[in-house]
Amino acid sequence: MSLSNIIQLGIKELRGLARDPVLLVLIVYSFTLSVYTAATAMPETLNRAPIAIVDEDRSPLSTRIVSAFYPPLFTPPELITRSEMDRRMDAGSDTFALNIPPDFQRDLLAGRQPVIQLNVDATRMSQAFSGSGYVQTIVTAEVNEFAARYRATGEQPVDLAMRARFNPELNKIWFGSVVQIINNVTMLSIVLTGTALIREREHGTVEHLLVMPITPFEIMVGKVWSMALVVLVAAAASLALVVQGFLAVPIEGSVPLFLAGAALHLFATTSLGIFLATLAGSMPQFGLLLILTLLPLNILSGGTTPRESMPEEVQFIMQAAPTTHFVSLAQAILYRGATLDIVWPQFMALILIGLVLFSFSLGRFRKSLK
Amino acid sequence: MTRESPVPAEAFPATPPVASLVNVGLRYGKTLALDNITLDIPAGCMVGLIGPDGVGKSSLLSLVAGARVVQQGQIEVLGGDIASARHRSRVCPQIAYMPQGLGKNLYPNLSVFENIDFFGRLFGHDRREREERIARLLGRTGLAPFASRPAGKLSGGMKQKLGLCCALIHDPDLLILDEPTTGVDPLSRRQFWDLIDDIRRERPGMSVIVATAYMEEAARFDWLAAMNAGRVLAVGAPGDLLRRTGAGTLDEAFIALLPEESRATYHKVELRPRTHRPDETLAIEAEGLTMRFGDFTAVDNVSFSIPQGEIFGFLGSNGCGKTTTMKMLTGLLPATEGIAKLFGQQVDPHDMAVRKRVGYMSQAFSLYVELTVRQNLDLHARLFHLPLAAIPGRIQEMARRFDLEDVMDVLPDALPLGIRQRLSLAVALIHGPEILILDEPTSGVDPVARDALWQELIDLSRNDNVTIFISTHFMNEAERCDRISLMHAGKVLVSDTPAAIVEKRGAATLEDAFIAYLEEAGAGTAADAPVPPVMAENIPEADPPSAPAVTQQTDPKRDSGASLFDFRRMFSYARLEGLELRRDPIRATLALVGSVLLMFIIGYGISMDVENLTFAVLDHDQTTISRSYSLDIAGSRYFVERPPITDYADLDRRMRAGEIALAIEIPPGFGRDVLRGRQVSIGVWYDGAMPQRAETVRGYIQGMHQRWLQERASRAAGAQTSAALFNIEIRYRYNPDVESLPAIVPAVIPLLLLMIPAMLTALSVVREKELGSIVNLYVTPTTRLEFLLGKQLPYVLLAMFNFILLVSLAIFFFGVPLKGSFAALTLGAFLYVITATGMGLLISTFMNSQIAAIFGTSILTLVPAVQFSGLTEPVSSLEGGGAFIGHIYPTTHFITIARGTFSKALGFADLSHAFWPLLIAIPVLLGLGAVLLKKQAS
Repeated sequence: MSLSNIIQLGIKELRGLARDPVLLVLIVYSFTLSVYTAATAMPETLNRAPIAIVDEDRSPLSTRIVSAFYPPLFTPPELITRSEMDRRMDAGSDTFALNIPPDFQRDLLAGRQPVIQLNVDATRMSQAFSGSGYVQTIVTAEVNEFAARYRATGEQPVDLAMRARFNPELNKIWFGSVVQIINNVTMLSIVLTGTALIREREHGTVEHLLVMPITPFEIMVGKVWSMALVVLVAAAASLALVVQGFLAVPIEGSVPLFLAGAALHLFATTSLGIFLATLAGSMPQFGLLLILTLLPLNILSGGTTPRESMPEEVQFIMQAAPTTHFVSLAQAILYRGATLDIVWPQFMALILIGLVLFSFSLGRFRKSLK
Repeated sequence: MTRESPVPAEAFPATPPVASLVNVGLRYGKTLALDNITLDIPAGCMVGLIGPDGVGKSSLLSLVAGARVVQQGQIEVLGGDIASARHRSRVCPQIAYMPQGLGKNLYPNLSVFENIDFFGRLFGHDRREREERIARLLGRTGLAPFASRPAGKLSGGMKQKLGLCCALIHDPDLLILDEPTTGVDPLSRRQFWDLIDDIRRERPGMSVIVATAYMEEAARFDWLAAMNAGRVLAVGAPGDLLRRTGAGTLDEAFIALLPEESRATYHKVELRPRTHRPDETLAIEAEGLTMRFGDFTAVDNVSFSIPQGEIFGFLGSNGCGKTTTMKMLTGLLPATEGIAKLFGQQVDPHDMAVRKRVGYMSQAFSLYVELTVRQNLDLHARLFHLPLAAIPGRIQEMARRFDLEDVMDVLPDALPLGIRQRLSLAVALIHGPEILILDEPTSGVDPVARDALWQELIDLSRNDNVTIFISTHFMNEAERCDRISLMHAGKVLVSDTPAAIVEKRGAATLEDAFIAYLEEAGAGTAADAPVPPVMAENIPEADPPSAPAVTQQTDPKRDSGASLFDFRRMFSYARLEGLELRRDPIRATLALVGSVLLMFIIGYGISMDVENLTFAVLDHDQTTISRSYSLDIAGSRYFVERPPITDYADLDRRMRAGEIALAIEIPPGFGRDVLRGRQVSIGVWYDGAMPQRAETVRGYIQGMHQRWLQERASRAAGAQTSAALFNIEIRYRYNPDVESLPAIVPAVIPLLLLMIPAMLTALSVVREKELGSIVNLYVTPTTRLEFLLGKQLPYVLLAMFNFILLVSLAIFFFGVPLKGSFAALTLGAFLYVITATGMGLLISTFMNSQIAAIFGTSILTLVPAVQFSGLTEPVSSLEGGGAFIGHIYPTTHFITIARGTFSKALGFADLSHAFWPLLIAIPVLLGLGAVLLKKQAS
């Protein structure tokens, strides 16, 4: 093994990358615009939720309730009749339909506990879930305020002092931007090393290298370090400029520690890129394999939805994926300010997965050359 | 005098020209490919376009064939303007075009028979006629025994014969062949031309236009046009050209015709006999070298020994084992049997020292096109560990020697092939190797550059005593070698000096001698030899009685060229696509398993149910009341309790590590204060790192807190509950338990039925563009709509199969009931997959590479489908551009249908509003695709 060969081969990769405008644009896009749009496009909890109201009471109170719904949380409510309600919900025109029964105000003041019916289209999970909470709160507030003029209401004896840690306002930009960086680190490292190897094979240059005094190990390490370096630098720049700078997301923990974790992650994913490239016969096949690999890595690693709600078998299998540990250490360091004494298990896991993937890919790479 | 006005040769005045070009120009971006060419190509004879690579021969032929858009000037072919689409569609059944590249317009996964059959269908032959014609063509070309072999597995010569069969299936009047014999061995080459002669004898009126780089072939043609740098240098019969230039061979004649400045660099190759040195050692030895791939023996017991300083030539057909032998010598391939030795030492792939003494140049240009000439030299110098101080000098020296000084900072792609090959040689020599192994270094290089390269090789051998092992297809190059070996089917047939070989066979030329050897080895028999025209045994009954009958039979089909839509041609493409898909395992896997796999992933991954959240309690109170509070939380299915928190530091550490998502602090005296009705406050910390989860946690904990309070209140007050003013009764419709799967699964099916079918359809078109077989659309009567619908059909069927798979998975595996009309869902799915594949076709019209098609299609389908189609947010909640896209995007409407039938128990009548947009989208997408698809290369 010769360090100078590894360095030379890596520099060659960097020079090659510098001349590939398509990949350069992809890298820049992934770590700037894509991070920005992903961060800001995360839907707010509720935006213009379509609501319709069947007002059978037509009292001051019911009018008050109707006028309490307005954009941006809800669309201006459609006033409909009872008979229209089912049809509209079937057609998907409304997510919510509120039915205020006849004599609602009178019964309320008489203390007869009238019932308002709220119909929710539960096929629209996210909106249905958070929206119905809002509808309840809004209606209750209006009714309480109205009733307060006529009768006194009691106070709750025990209250909750709730505090969200690490992201007090539950700002989704904080979450979205970092998740996007994590996903792009995975995607780009696989794409860059994989296409670099396939390009060499298609041009016949791999063969050319192998008749020189160079080993497959040196070729592979040359690709791994250079492409990992590119992604690492891009990720660091994106974190500093786009996330901390432009989006003004506060980072709790140590960025160098995160980058160290990212470097370990890259060791594993670049090896994975080489592995996929040895499986694929051509660039398009690589593209198809990439889709089938990236989606589970991104979706099931806990970056998109919480891991604990996935079936246990899935959680177990995903322990073998580098992204799972990377997502976990990235969230711990960046949001919760965790230090090495907290995240060392993830570091160890990444080293182990990286070593296994690297040696496995090296074996496949050697074999694929024959 | 080299630029005399190219007038039609006087020898052919009788018939009008088959093609006539007036002031034709063609540009690719900045490059001028054809420069104001005026030329009449005579009809009814063999016409040759000669000249080196990249002078515009192929461009000219593709223009004449109607495969490329005419940019400038006028071209008349078969009595009409080829730029007119109407004329093209009328004459295209009379023209056959075989593009450059071995088997470029063939489908490598299809068998020999299927390939010809495909073309027969495109030209509207019925089954019987096709079978007759194919049997006849296969018989004549000797391909009959290989009818079921995939085209990709044929040798170069056989591929070209197959290409010819495909071109001849419709009895063309004009046959256009672009370098049909480049890279084909001498015997196959000779057989190919015999075949053409045979066919011309049978159809004397047929015109043939051939581009070739082999001057010895061109000598047999009737009429030649010599081209250089986008211009025609001279035209006339071969004899004419020789007379005019006073040259002995066409090679020399061509060089004489070149303008002064191109000729300046040319020197005749100076041959010097090798002087035998007394201390001569063997540089390369092979003893019984054998290589097997499975049960195929690529190299069979090959032995030779080459002394130092010799130029050893290696000849043989494509796929005869030359390259494999070379790879074994370099250690790239370990031999199955036998020994290869370099400098008396056995080749060991791990021996780096030997590699430093060898220089290798592989068949195609294999240097880094993304590095400049200098960077390429520099990289290799460093990789060979030349002393750092010596590198700049060495680079300088190589640049001077190979005349690269002017192009040091140019990228190789910008250089002509000849200079690139010089660069390859310079790189192979940078470390001063003692052995050079060169695999077809002159293939595709023009005569001037080829001679220059050979001069270098001779100098290296004679001056520096470098051993050169070289393979070539050119006989004049073989004659320059000290010794040559002829290989066939993995075996060495003969090994000697060129003169001795000619003498031994008693042949006139080296080529004749070789062909004699090849025929003796069985190359010319069963497999390749031309067989008499009609193979009676292959045609069950009623042989075509005579040629005229066939011609008559074919007349009606010529009209079909003009017809607007022909189902047979459409099904022909559909059949082709189906066969291709069946034989490409990765694409087929993605098509079948991909969507199912993704459904699992998304079904499990995108879950809105948040369960099994970890929490821990910091209980300062430790009373029954405080414990009842935490037990209440631990008892719910949403939370899992972890060991209690000891202090604030513990709380902080465990939250940072992500071990607990929720921490609850119960203050001291909590139980007492609650009993006394005093205001107390419970501290709750939850992890906000993942906002969606945090919101859910907040909701859960608030709800549980309320319940706990109510319970306590009701227990305290007995029956007398502190009554609420009013109640809100929530009806979660369609999904009463508010579970994720019933909500997600019906919406995911549209997503999966969009992305993968669209991508596969786009790929199927772009693949043809990238591999070159799209030319079959350009030059056959196929219309754009036939092509698109034919490509679409198999993927629609596949997507419907996927639909059934996904629905079964949803119902039987995920347990999501289908409450409404299955018929409505299926019809909706059918219309939807037509729009999905239609989008793929539309996208394919502006994508040129397969990798771009993959990424482009995923972005163009996934983003609108996920964000604007009501998957999470209903379309009515969107604003601006997103809302517009959402309203017209087909996914929106199919999600409505899927949710309606799955969750809302609806049928056709309730969902009619969602079917109309799909019905409208289909003709719009297909129409746009047909308009934007190009019927010619531009």
